[in-house]
Amino acid sequence: MNDSRYSAPHSADPDEFVRVSDVVKIFGDVVAVRSVNLSVKRNEIFALLGSSGSGKSTLLRMLAGFEETTSGQILLDGEDITSVPPYRRPVNMMFQSYALFPHMTVEANVAFGLKQEGVDRAEIHDRVFEALDLVQMAGYSRRKPNQLSGGQQQRVALARSLVKRPKLLLLDEPMSALDKQIRQKTQIELVKILEQVGVTCIMVTHDQEEAMTMAHRLAVMTEGQIVQCGTPQDVYAFPNSRFVASFIGSTNMFTGTIVVDEPDHVAIECAELTRPLYVNHGVSEPLGMEVHVSIRPERLLVSREQPDGDYNWAHGMVSHMAWMGSYALYQIRLDSGKTVEASVPSRLLAQMDAPGIDEEIFVSWDADSATVLAS
Amino acid sequence: MIRFSPRDWLPSGRALAVVPPFAWLVLFLLLPFLLVLKISFAEMKFGIPPYTSLAQFQDEAIQFSLHLRGYILLFTEDQYVRTYLSSVKIAGITTLVCVLIGYPIAYYIARSSARVRNLLLLAVILPFWTSLLLRVYAWVGILRNDGLLNNLLQGLGLISSPLEIYRTDLAVYIGMVYAYLPFFILPLYATLVKMDLRLLEAAYDLGAKPWQAFWQITVPMSRQGVIAGAMLVFIPAVGEYVIPEMLGGANTLMIGRVMWNEFFNNADWPMASAVTCVMVLLLLVPLVYFQYSQVRQQRQAGGRA
Repeated sequence: MNDSRYSAPHSADPDEFVRVSDVVKIFGDVVAVRSVNLSVKRNEIFALLGSSGSGKSTLLRMLAGFEETTSGQILLDGEDITSVPPYRRPVNMMFQSYALFPHMTVEANVAFGLKQEGVDRAEIHDRVFEALDLVQMAGYSRRKPNQLSGGQQQRVALARSLVKRPKLLLLDEPMSALDKQIRQKTQIELVKILEQVGVTCIMVTHDQEEAMTMAHRLAVMTEGQIVQCGTPQDVYAFPNSRFVASFIGSTNMFTGTIVVDEPDHVAIECAELTRPLYVNHGVSEPLGMEVHVSIRPERLLVSREQPDGDYNWAHGMVSHMAWMGSYALYQIRLDSGKTVEASVPSRLLAQMDAPGIDEEIFVSWDADSATVLAS
Repeated sequence: MIRFSPRDWLPSGRALAVVPPFAWLVLFLLLPFLLVLKISFAEMKFGIPPYTSLAQFQDEAIQFSLHLRGYILLFTEDQYVRTYLSSVKIAGITTLVCVLIGYPIAYYIARSSARVRNLLLLAVILPFWTSLLLRVYAWVGILRNDGLLNNLLQGLGLISSPLEIYRTDLAVYIGMVYAYLPFFILPLYATLVKMDLRLLEAAYDLGAKPWQAFWQITVPMSRQGVIAGAMLVFIPAVGEYVIPEMLGGANTLMIGRVMWNEFFNNADWPMASAVTCVMVLLLLVPLVYFQYSQVRQQRQAGGRA
């Protein structure tokens, strides 16, 4: 190994547990992962979020050791595991379809990993039941996987991947095989178990709600690259591109030109809005440049009266309204023809006597509600 | 009170669907077997047919006689017992060799890319396009003392005098394994190709080295395919006639040859029938066991779903 090539280019974080450096994966003439850098802290739950074909699963499979990296390096707890075969990595994975061994009982499934290590039988038994207790499946130890429900299979799969006390746990689309109703409850349970055990975890998902519910930090991937990485709150509030803004949650996107550029505010002229946008913070883009502005639906305020001032409001007509229980989702056709979405809390809706379809209405937003994006 | 309604008498749609295969089995399997069973209890005589009937009207009485000569001979003359044992042994070894050779082949085909896989499957099935008789004749040509194999080895100077393979048990094994190997490969391939390869990844992930994963995951999961293939080899191999007749020596004992002798050389139909009935019984036992074990396994698997 050429050590100088891999000498840490970034200052080493003492909390850093997993480090992915310049990892590339090429299948034939398809680049699945192009130069990914990633750093995951000890005991962190980290989500790789992306749609299918974004390279997130390939990255996960390289972490597990099922795929060899074309180039780059993977460090786990300071140790280079880039070319360690999967059966020698202190890494365990919970598979998307769980991949429980159908010819073995629940107990044998969970014991499998310990058996390969040559752990003695009494200890295997203790640790298997400790793991099954953790996921509340000890009562099902003699069942075969096909005698369990989807949720039960998932818990057995979790026990199987935790029983070896891996340094790194990988979750591949952990909720995709579950019914929607039990998903959210399961997500919270799973996080509780992971925090109780204290394991570093990297999960892959295409479901942004799942990533935001479970992960401490997440990375958004597209076309084999990480486009943004941060806490769910940060990525949601400060997306760095139109792609991220619309991938994480829904948003209203406007395209315009910067007409006023001051250190403490900017104004953006926008063809889709009759009045300019006013943003109360500076931006790095120069005057006259075309930019995109993202405003989240929950940041749009709805009123019957025309708002004060010359900025940050628009007139339109309700074209559709969906009642979601705790809030209502309005689709409003602005005078420019553009349709925006606004989510209005039910409490506010009751106070203002909910506007109906085809009613004229004003939408407005605060000067700190908009995010300016260059790309 | 018992009430009769037309519905009890008219067959339902489901019953109708079972009729054709059921009728087929009765007509072409059960009835012929019952005929053979009947003949096995008759007495040999000269005439057409060359056996007596079981029931006779004589002296104002219907006499019903079961002649056990064939069965008694079978169990007292150790020629027959030895032939049965030898048949089972030859079929057993053939099956074992088929498992040992066929498993890697089936495994390799199942794990090949889709294109290569179809070519290889074709290669496995290809011999069936030629008659078995011709293919066995080809083996005669290869294995004979002045055949292809000996000529080749002698030409290369590897041996000085021809290997005596033709007309020995070894030739029978070669011919049988050759003829029956596809019957083992195909069902096993079908099982292996269906296997979810993520299970192997899961095994590696949990620390199993490739060969450990093979023994603990692939082998048990292909058990049904191995059993099905082994049955398809073993059962016809026990009664095989053509291959031992053409490749075997005078002392290659196989039940198919005995049957042939009794029927055509000795014209002893009852004896030949008795030989047949005992063979069927011999084959039914492993078959029933196989069926039983499969049902039990299915019940275990699907029991409390």
